[in-house]
Amino acid sequence: MPRPTDPAASPPTPPAATPRPPAPLPITINGKFYDHDGDPAMPLLWFLRDRLRLTGTKYGCDGGECGACSVLVDDKLVRACTLPMAAASGHRVTTIEGLAGDDLHPLQQAWIESDAIQCGYCQSGQILAAVDLLRRKPRPGEDDLAAIANLCRCGSQPQLRRAIARAAAILRGERK
Amino acid sequence: MSAPASPARRHFLAISLTAAGALLIAPRLRAAPTPNVPPELLGEDLTALGPFLRIERGNRIVIGAPACEVGQGVFTELPMLIAAELDVDWTQVRVVQLPYGYVASDGDGAATLYGNQGPGAVDAAAQRHLREAGATARWLLLQAAAQEWNLPLEQLRTQAGQVLAPDGRSLGYGALVRSAAALTPPAQVPLRDTAAGTLVGHPTRTADAREIVTGARRFGLDSYGADAVVAVLARCPWIGGTLTHFDDAAARKVAGVVEVVELPASTDVVLAPSVAVLATHSWAALQGRQALKLDWQAPAGPLESSAALAASAQAALDAGSGGNIVRSDGDAASLRKRPARHRIEARYELPFLAHAPMEPLNALIELKQDAARLVAAVQDPDAASRLIARLTGLPRGDIAIELPRGGGSFGRRLDNDAVAEAVLLAKTVGKPVKLMWTRSDDLQHDRYRPYGMHRLAASLDDHKRITAWTHHCAATVLDAAKPNAGLLEADAFPAGHVAHLEQVFHPLTTRQPLVGGPWLAAFRAFPVECFIDELAVVSRQDAVKLRLAMLEDPKAPAVTGGVANARLAHVLRECAARIDWGKSRDDGHGLGIACHAVAGGCFAHAFEISVDKGQLQIHRAVCVADIGRVINPLNAEQQVAGACLDGVAATLQQAITLKDGRVQQHSLTDYPLLRMGLSPRTTQVQIIDSSADPIDPAWALASAGAALANAVYAATTVRVRKLPLLPELMRML
Repeated sequence: MPRPTDPAASPPTPPAATPRPPAPLPITINGKFYDHDGDPAMPLLWFLRDRLRLTGTKYGCDGGECGACSVLVDDKLVRACTLPMAAASGHRVTTIEGLAGDDLHPLQQAWIESDAIQCGYCQSGQILAAVDLLRRKPRPGEDDLAAIANLCRCGSQPQLRRAIARAAAILRGERK
Repeated sequence: MSAPASPARRHFLAISLTAAGALLIAPRLRAAPTPNVPPELLGEDLTALGPFLRIERGNRIVIGAPACEVGQGVFTELPMLIAAELDVDWTQVRVVQLPYGYVASDGDGAATLYGNQGPGAVDAAAQRHLREAGATARWLLLQAAAQEWNLPLEQLRTQAGQVLAPDGRSLGYGALVRSAAALTPPAQVPLRDTAAGTLVGHPTRTADAREIVTGARRFGLDSYGADAVVAVLARCPWIGGTLTHFDDAAARKVAGVVEVVELPASTDVVLAPSVAVLATHSWAALQGRQALKLDWQAPAGPLESSAALAASAQAALDAGSGGNIVRSDGDAASLRKRPARHRIEARYELPFLAHAPMEPLNALIELKQDAARLVAAVQDPDAASRLIARLTGLPRGDIAIELPRGGGSFGRRLDNDAVAEAVLLAKTVGKPVKLMWTRSDDLQHDRYRPYGMHRLAASLDDHKRITAWTHHCAATVLDAAKPNAGLLEADAFPAGHVAHLEQVFHPLTTRQPLVGGPWLAAFRAFPVECFIDELAVVSRQDAVKLRLAMLEDPKAPAVTGGVANARLAHVLRECAARIDWGKSRDDGHGLGIACHAVAGGCFAHAFEISVDKGQLQIHRAVCVADIGRVINPLNAEQQVAGACLDGVAATLQQAITLKDGRVQQHSLTDYPLLRMGLSPRTTQVQIIDSSADPIDPAWALASAGAALANAVYAATTVRVRKLPLLPELMRML
């Protein structure tokens, strides 16, 4: 398993224009630096899960359809199953495990308070999709909500709607 | 409420308390931890009080969850039952998942160390067993306090983890547990009146919510064995097909691929012959599978297709004769030919459906000479244990099963086909195996909800009453031993409410493995509840009043489908009231409603929708459910809403189709799951107060699809009778 290195001692290496397979691919995940020395075509999903055991990022489909593997790459919502390590390298990745600071992120807290869980498998992706949405649209309308492409098989959408509305109000400072 | 414990349960509980409850036993467990007791219930600072719970000196309570959590809420609900009887504050409680607790059978096959851990874990009897465990522990604590204070037990009471004396003295449970564990509980411990408690019946959030939202909770696929290889299988795409040749040279060259092995079809547990690629990590296994060159041979004879199935169904329904008579009242056949005020006929077609849980199947298995360990979200661990014993020859007591969270099931994790594959692979390669199904595997190799076509015909008289009703159903046979194949219920509404009624089932054959469960309720309710709506439209009467007139007709039987008509009428009325059924509308929105009684429960759904520029929007959904006693209203509400949205997703978009003998769906583009845009803007759930035995809320999907299709008609005057609805609606608009 790759070891995180001390951020102060080892600043991130800029990505190579054309990564060569043998060269280690540097990547920042939840503020820690890693090198990937395997297949550059391997999707970020499997690096997170199989190598780092950051298993909050879930496998649910064979190509960007379900959103269970959603992560933030440089603060933008990305499906880790469709992002090869070669393309992820040099970027800053936040997974569900890295979302909270000392306290939970307001969206995580809203998810708990709205009990938006059910089977729970899609929820880390749903939370990160909502982080992305509220960053772009602090006051999301129905069209914005409808644009959330993450799937939920349990039908937790009523709770997701409540959780997003709750977190949005908190982030806007309208409620605690 | 105070009822005596059943003899079988008492026997079980007494054994458990002797084995794990008394202090003398605890050191033995610590010295030699068995795989059946999770570490959270062991450790140094503990006093065991039975198999389900541990009370620490600091009054923290650890309660074991006996059943596998797959989204049905049992990880929270079942421990709530214990906590309520024990009388502790839920904030004191930490829930841990119990593994499968095999005990040598004493004749009661479902009994484990932890009671019923299978699909029946939420049944009334299993609930009672958990309550008795909590009540027994509370009695022991009360008795210990009585001895400490030298007061009669009857004068003491409990509150939030403390025993209170009349004079104001109190003792926390943690201080009493050591002496309590040395006591012997009586044969019968009275249960508390749940109405008096502050837990059961009160909305309670998911016990492991924090772990879920931080990504810390382990699901099945998140289990990594120390030396386990990841296995991905290429399975024969045809049921009954064979592997003629395969070339694994390229697959073996993929970095990380360890081995490629053939897994022959086995008649009882693994349906398809397959080739497994085993690798050090998931990506290598997936790449290796991609690199396999495989020659599959289709089975002999004509290959199945959805077109051919539809043609067979049409032919059977056209014939007007043949089929199995499921029910025949009066003389429906001849009456149908006579003049009537209104006479209509309609056909409905429903596709195969897949389970498609969000987390595809997986299983981690470690086989040793004398023991096996399975880590998988199996909903029937008893069956998994038997299966592993059969495949390995190991005694069941040496097979440990850990139950991680499962990413959905909808019945899929009741089957142990992935477990069988993993065990056979581990035997073949001599290594621990983590088997992973991909989404394509999941859709291609499921057990499907049956396909079928319904022909309904009815006549109404001058008083707009239904005088004759015939229902012919041609469908793939789920249960060949029954004349209705398990698909056309002789006592379901409107049977008994129409004088001349005939139900005929026409069996269709398929090679596809099929399953029943709550989806069958929608299979039956969809055509009936849409057709009632059609009758109401044709005869210009209110669809709710038409149903109520039938349900409340004093001449009709009082019970339909095992449920009192008054209960069904009640949920229908409540549902109509909540969707503002009678209110006139001028916004172009359409309202649709439907109801159904099944499995001892009854349900009504209503939707308010609009279709604008080819976009269907669900503005409101109302679900009313009579599902018996509820442990956790928050969970019940979510389960009922979830079942409703399951009905919405399947009705609008989902179908498994066959061509050239193969399932055509590979991905979630082919088989869309629900996304936010198609979910109702507001979803309102009402659970009817009930003291009846609990019913699986998943049955609440029964009438959702019909209500939605009826709403689509109201909004568009387009009657969609073939599912999935959305593509059909777009074609017809």
